[in-house]
Amino acid sequence: MTVTTFIPAKSTAVKNYLTAGFGIRSWLLTTDHKRIGLMFFGSVTFFFFIGGAAATLIRLDLLDPAGRLVQPDMYNRLFTMHGVVMVWFFLIPSIPTTLGNFFLPLMIGAKDLAFPRLNLLSWYLFNASGILAVYFLLVGGVDTGWTFYTPLSSQYATGHVLPAAMAVFVNGFSSILTGLNFIVTTHRLRAPGMTWFRLPLFVWAIYATSLVMVLATPVLAMTLALMSMERFLGIGLFDPAIGGDPLLFQHLFWFYSHPAVYIMILPAMGVVSEVIACYARKPVFGYRGMAYALMSIAVIGFFVWGHHMFVTGMSLYSGVVFSFMSFIVAVPSAIKVFNWIATLHKGWITFDAPMLYALGFVGLFTTGGVTGLVVATLAADVHLHDTYFVIAHFHFIMVGGTVSAYFAGLHYWWPKITGRLYPEMWARLAAILTFTGFNFTFFPQFILGYLGMPRRYHAYPPEFQVWNVLSSAGASILAIAYILPLAYLGWSLLYGKRAGSNPWHATGLEWMTSSPPPEHNFVRTPVVTSAPYAYPDPETLADEPAGRRPQA
Amino acid sequence: MSQRAAALKPEMQYADLAQQGETAQLGMWIFLATEVLFFGGMMAAYLAYRMTYNADFDAAAKESVIWIGSVNTAVLVTSSLTMVMAIHAAAERERQPIVYFLLATAALGLIFLGLKGYEYVEDYNDAVVPVLNFHPKEGNPGAVELFWLFYFYATLLHAVHLTIGIILVFFMAVRAKRGAFDAGYYAPLEVVGLYWSFVDTVWVFLFALIYPIGRSG
Repeated sequence: MTVTTFIPAKSTAVKNYLTAGFGIRSWLLTTDHKRIGLMFFGSVTFFFFIGGAAATLIRLDLLDPAGRLVQPDMYNRLFTMHGVVMVWFFLIPSIPTTLGNFFLPLMIGAKDLAFPRLNLLSWYLFNASGILAVYFLLVGGVDTGWTFYTPLSSQYATGHVLPAAMAVFVNGFSSILTGLNFIVTTHRLRAPGMTWFRLPLFVWAIYATSLVMVLATPVLAMTLALMSMERFLGIGLFDPAIGGDPLLFQHLFWFYSHPAVYIMILPAMGVVSEVIACYARKPVFGYRGMAYALMSIAVIGFFVWGHHMFVTGMSLYSGVVFSFMSFIVAVPSAIKVFNWIATLHKGWITFDAPMLYALGFVGLFTTGGVTGLVVATLAADVHLHDTYFVIAHFHFIMVGGTVSAYFAGLHYWWPKITGRLYPEMWARLAAILTFTGFNFTFFPQFILGYLGMPRRYHAYPPEFQVWNVLSSAGASILAIAYILPLAYLGWSLLYGKRAGSNPWHATGLEWMTSSPPPEHNFVRTPVVTSAPYAYPDPETLADEPAGRRPQA
Repeated sequence: MSQRAAALKPEMQYADLAQQGETAQLGMWIFLATEVLFFGGMMAAYLAYRMTYNADFDAAAKESVIWIGSVNTAVLVTSSLTMVMAIHAAAERERQPIVYFLLATAALGLIFLGLKGYEYVEDYNDAVVPVLNFHPKEGNPGAVELFWLFYFYATLLHAVHLTIGIILVFFMAVRAKRGAFDAGYYAPLEVVGLYWSFVDTVWVFLFALIYPIGRSG
């Protein structure tokens, strides 16, 4: 990307966004997208460890076939808590509200998001709903699973279904406002010369994600509102006693919740495109195809929800259509995988920590995607539905894929966010542990599911124990891999080397300003004159580019 | 005057007021897209049941008070006209007409709510209010109840949106009176106008789904 440099001279001493104000008020009342991004980072990290604690108890309980650690009721509450917290309070907001918030304006050369106060409101709504949810999940809890299926949720469940649904409802507003802000910002605040096909793929990914957030989330809000009214009044639209159809709830729920999977994975694809281009020193192969693939995944993702309901007795014809559409959505996903691999081809590849995470993403996403085709097949799904095969499949996408990409992005942009370098060797170790631990945890679950172990049971026949023990053992590795970055990234805040404005010699406007960036991002508005990923052709380089890999 | 000039500077992230105004409008359009899907979820549920329980919904809909529904439709469509007239007055930089047209818009909104409240009383007297007083005269009682549940959810939700709209319009009238739109920047007015028109449009759809069905035969 050809741009003149926008790094302020040392003598002018422009304050960066961290030193622009001090004290708690300068954070709680800030409208700076970078500070709000950091605040979201704090929030989602908190909820990640809450959801992780529930997962830990689940895996500990499943060490023993009799499931003696917790009572069955408690187990139901644990997996509900794990699902609700991880889906709505970690995975969906993770990349968009932290890295997206921080880097979308920087990458398009804007001073801030279009609606900075709305952005702050989004953070407050998120925390209010998150605390509400966690509070009610802890005191008494909810035992419906994160899916809130009626009539269990509306008529029979005994826990705090209403407040939990209310929390998810409010969380939806946060999600919608964030998505709205990103869409409008991308349309209206691009720097001069930043045309649509000069946008970095991360921006395309966040844009596609935002479309899904804005168009799918309201349907969940309405569905949960109708369910809550039914629970409150004792009679409602899904009540079979008056001819209502509980399956209608499932249709409406999955109309949101399947696209929600794309809310989780599209930003991850954006991060990985940035990282692979940088550490292969090459432009992303088939840039336009990659942008179109992101958009088509977002659109087609709205027409596949019925594949969650193959065995509910819905008509065979709609089953066939939903199965077909699910296969279609695999096409743009596969295009993305092939293009990442083609980007690596003849690249100047270095295995720095972000690259290790990104390569891990490609492998885990491919495994999760291909097994998705298995469960999208009507006949196979009859056997695999509601087994651990499904659990393994979506964890490969949402945890293996998204969390790996989240860490890839966090490491890649850490010097820009904090102005410090992280310790490379520790980061590589964490990346390798994540990949290893993840596969140990979830690959055995494919086998468990294939052998017929159903999901959501706190006990199981003894012949499944060996796979469950393997899975729990893997989870302990994964836990270390997730806690490790907290330690060394925290360390780097104090002791890491100063990063400089562009330690990875990456392209992109975010690297054209100082680290950490000044309060309004750029000293002068940048002017963009060429396509993204203008890395020098690796074949023309005789030696490794000087200063490529600074060490902390 | 100096205070007014200071208030008219664009916010930090925009190059000029024109960009700020267009951005605000795009923001409202995106929000309305969200709203379409929000109401759309409920309407999809309605249509699914309408197809399943066609005759029962016809029977149920005959109990709706069509004269109030029709008058209210006229009231809201007229309010959209006065809203647009207010924006036109702002474009012409005429302060008093803005205020008058906005107050007329808010008043029409209040008339709608008043009539709607009266309609709810009538519905109660007709014994078609689920939970509180429900004794349907004809049709399968369960399916008829589904119709009336939809009726109350949808119209109450619409009333909440309309109430927010009335508050916004009134707030705009106060700002207009203080001269906030004198200098030719009236994007806030257009944004509220978009919202108001959307709430009207939702009502037109609700009217079609609730009142005329079952009355053609």
